[in-house]
Amino acid sequence: MAAIIAEIRRGAYYDSVVLMQLQRALVALAGVIDAGVVMGTAANKEILAQSDLLTSEAQAAAADDLVIVVKAESEAAAAAAVAQVDALLTRKRTASEQDYRPKSLETAAEMLPEAQWVLISAPGQHAAGVARAALRLGKHVFLYSDNVSSADEVALKKEAAEKGLLVMGPDCGTAIVNGVGLGFANVVRRGHIGLVAASGTGLQEVSTQIHQLGGGLSQGLGTGGRDLKEAVGAITVRQALDLLDRDPDTRVIVLISKPPAPKVADQLLQAARRAGKPVVVDFIGYKPAQTQLDNVTFVSTLGAAAHLAVDLANQQTNLPIYQPPNQPTTHPTNQPTTHPTNQKYLRGLFSGGTLAYEALLILQDYLPGVYSNIPLDPSYKLQNSLRSREHTLIDLGEDEFTVGRLHPMMDNDLRIRRLRQEAEDPETALILLDVVLGYGSHPNPASELAPAIIEAKGLAQLAGRDLAVVAVVVGTDEDPQDFHSQIKQLQQAGAVVFTSNQQAVEHVGRTLMAAGGVSGLPPVSLDLLAHPLAAINVGLESFAAALQAQGAAVIHVDWRPPAGGNERLAGILARMRGN
Amino acid sequence: MNIDQANREATDRMIEARPVLVGVGKALDVIPGMREDLLLHAGPPITWARASGPMRGAITGALIFEGKAKDEAEAAKLVISGEIALEPCHHHQAVGPMAGLTSASMQVYIVENKTHGNFAYSNLNEGYGKVLRYGAYDASVMARMHWMNEVMAPVLGDAIAASGGIDMRALLGEALHMGDEGHNRNKAGSILYLKALAPHVAKAAPTPQIAADILKAIGDNALAVLNPVMAACKAAADAGFGIEGSTIVSVMARNGTDFGIRVSGLGEQWFTGPVGMPRGLYFPGFSAEDASGDIGDSTITETAGIGGFAMATAPAIVTFVSGTPKDAINTTMEMFEITFAEHKYFTMPALDFRGTPTGIDIRKVVETGITPRINTGIAHKNAGVGQVGAGLVRPPMSIFEEALVAYAERYGY
Repeated sequence: MAAIIAEIRRGAYYDSVVLMQLQRALVALAGVIDAGVVMGTAANKEILAQSDLLTSEAQAAAADDLVIVVKAESEAAAAAAVAQVDALLTRKRTASEQDYRPKSLETAAEMLPEAQWVLISAPGQHAAGVARAALRLGKHVFLYSDNVSSADEVALKKEAAEKGLLVMGPDCGTAIVNGVGLGFANVVRRGHIGLVAASGTGLQEVSTQIHQLGGGLSQGLGTGGRDLKEAVGAITVRQALDLLDRDPDTRVIVLISKPPAPKVADQLLQAARRAGKPVVVDFIGYKPAQTQLDNVTFVSTLGAAAHLAVDLANQQTNLPIYQPPNQPTTHPTNQPTTHPTNQKYLRGLFSGGTLAYEALLILQDYLPGVYSNIPLDPSYKLQNSLRSREHTLIDLGEDEFTVGRLHPMMDNDLRIRRLRQEAEDPETALILLDVVLGYGSHPNPASELAPAIIEAKGLAQLAGRDLAVVAVVVGTDEDPQDFHSQIKQLQQAGAVVFTSNQQAVEHVGRTLMAAGGVSGLPPVSLDLLAHPLAAINVGLESFAAALQAQGAAVIHVDWRPPAGGNERLAGILARMRGN
Repeated sequence: MNIDQANREATDRMIEARPVLVGVGKALDVIPGMREDLLLHAGPPITWARASGPMRGAITGALIFEGKAKDEAEAAKLVISGEIALEPCHHHQAVGPMAGLTSASMQVYIVENKTHGNFAYSNLNEGYGKVLRYGAYDASVMARMHWMNEVMAPVLGDAIAASGGIDMRALLGEALHMGDEGHNRNKAGSILYLKALAPHVAKAAPTPQIAADILKAIGDNALAVLNPVMAACKAAADAGFGIEGSTIVSVMARNGTDFGIRVSGLGEQWFTGPVGMPRGLYFPGFSAEDASGDIGDSTITETAGIGGFAMATAPAIVTFVSGTPKDAINTTMEMFEITFAEHKYFTMPALDFRGTPTGIDIRKVVETGITPRINTGIAHKNAGVGQVGAGLVRPPMSIFEEALVAYAERYGY
């Protein structure tokens, strides 16, 4: 026998939604058949009447009265339910209050605008799409996912490089950026060794060894194992080398990878030699012909790489790179190059034929090709010896210049005029001169060349350019011209002076290589390393948790395959985006 | 013009539209294309055969109101024979809540978008309980309809004219700061509406009793302003309609059977799919089993950037689905994922006065798999019972996918 109890509470306002919830809670109680909890308005009474809940008390209620009606299997059950009302009204919700979890990279980027990185561990077939979206947003990418096609990798890395962004991966298991481990990473002390690794466990092994030896990492950048294949051309490795070269916290760079394709090895070596810091290379299992090449040292084990790096980082004063004697400042690559892109060429104005020839030989190691009137390769023969093009080195002692005039060792006039001509050329970055002393030569060549150098540098400066001049003085302190005075005059004119042709030319080669940047790619901004790491995580949630545990700002994307995995729709969307 | 530029234009026009309630008029006289033998209804096109219970009830009620039928059988005969035509409100710059039935002699609100010059129309709100919009048509419903049409409407028309027009964009902006989201919760907006009208009603009414009756009818009805709000949203959404290349949704509407959308850059074509069942709370004595499929043009509010999209500003009603105030914020955050713009005039204090998510982009809906979230009343599945609850519903994903495919075909992607 069903029983109905009604309770009227005067002047108690509750939002209708709260009341509907209360009613649902009452109906859920044992023995309750139906319940109505409403404010006593006419419309609400009608609703109660439709459910046979409109008792006479309810009928008498006013619009501001709370009406509680319970129909239950027994009077006791109804009374028990009504007695619960206050408890139910004040019940606290136990559901955890979760912050909004973005569903898209775009929203995540809005929520954490300082994020520099997007960590991607989404399934391989979708990973490239997510990476593309990250690059569109101007974010660097840590691409943990594997099964990304080589074509996608090349396209992603090229797009990234153009934008000055890094793509570490695909299949990049580990990296340590600004002291925060991404993916699988050990807890390694911070220090001054910068690692670039195309091998995840290689990075882990070397970084832990460094830590055990008391050293530390400035950065540990991963590249993914395929970066050194010919198709990819080590784009990420080169970008990373360049970044670490400019990073003031990095003193030594370590490069670890399986043996690369020969062409890529060449490219990498070029890049490494342009770095103004010692570079330790371990192409695992690869035995190089030479173990030392300028600033680059080859080792053949991961342990040796760690040892050498720690040693080099500790003896900063003894860097195995050449510092010109009168240039106490650091290597030019430590500053961002200010040369506009078209001011990048060498103009060598030699009086000595063999000196010019040796210079051409040495420069082969540094520059792509040097035009000359005495070229090593006939295709670099100057059409007109009076006009330089790109990198040019002239032997002004050749017959074509000496018809009807004295040899340039005696007569500086031709060189002084050519010096002015090169200084006016906006493409000239550096002028190299030889000054040969001794009997028979001009009695005081510097007295004429030094003012010409000052004039040349002044001309360039007027045009807003910075022109470098390097001179090699060939002579002895017993020569009649006063060796030291000659050097001093040239130095005072602003020339960098060497007394060995080889040293002078190597300096020139390195300077010009470095002016083109280590990587030959647009630089990745050092800002990346200047701020605490912040990241957007797509895929494995544990990666977000790991970042959080390390104190990094991270936002996890509640990611789903685009268009629910429908390839036709995803294709349309991609075309609408223009890719 | 690329897609983003087209969408920028469409959403700028929606946002810059300034809808003003300028008057009340007879549907036949003011709604473009209205005819004696025509009934306007909510949602995409529907036939009698496919119409839901509340829709059939409302059609019957409208024909009884017009003196053309006495009962449902006669109404069915008229509609099936084609003697009486059914067309969506949306084909006539109009909108109506729930069944949305609007017939020739009904008085309707007139809203003018002062920025772009277009008009929109909506019928008058009957209040709660047994009402035509839920398919009820007994004598009490008819009596109320006649009172509204013959007594209240002329006074409202005069009062609105005397007020110089009621700026609906300003009213909504204020109501959103008072806990309304403009679709399911219009308590604050209705009071603002009452406040704006009251002095003019007092002057325009022929007797103090009629003034009192009208003010009570509006004051007792927390949905009183819903219909002018919907017309305002329609005027804004129409301003953004027909932009070549735009992927912004300009119409979302349900007829109880089908959910339909129209897209700004895809012309008059409807993309339709079966309506969902709302999830929510029910009035005493009712449960989900009693619910009709999703119905009404009121989704024009979400289309214009309020309603479910502005949930963050209406925490009082999140409890519809056992939510917390945090859930309200998350709901709005989610809608930012599928919208193109943020509203300039509709802002949310809880989100540091960020603009509401405005302009549903079919690209983003398909890409993310997130469908628009709609706050709605729930109708009884049988004609004439009325509202049985309120809750949340989402449109079917398929209609956004179909629209995207149609877009790709039309624009060559």
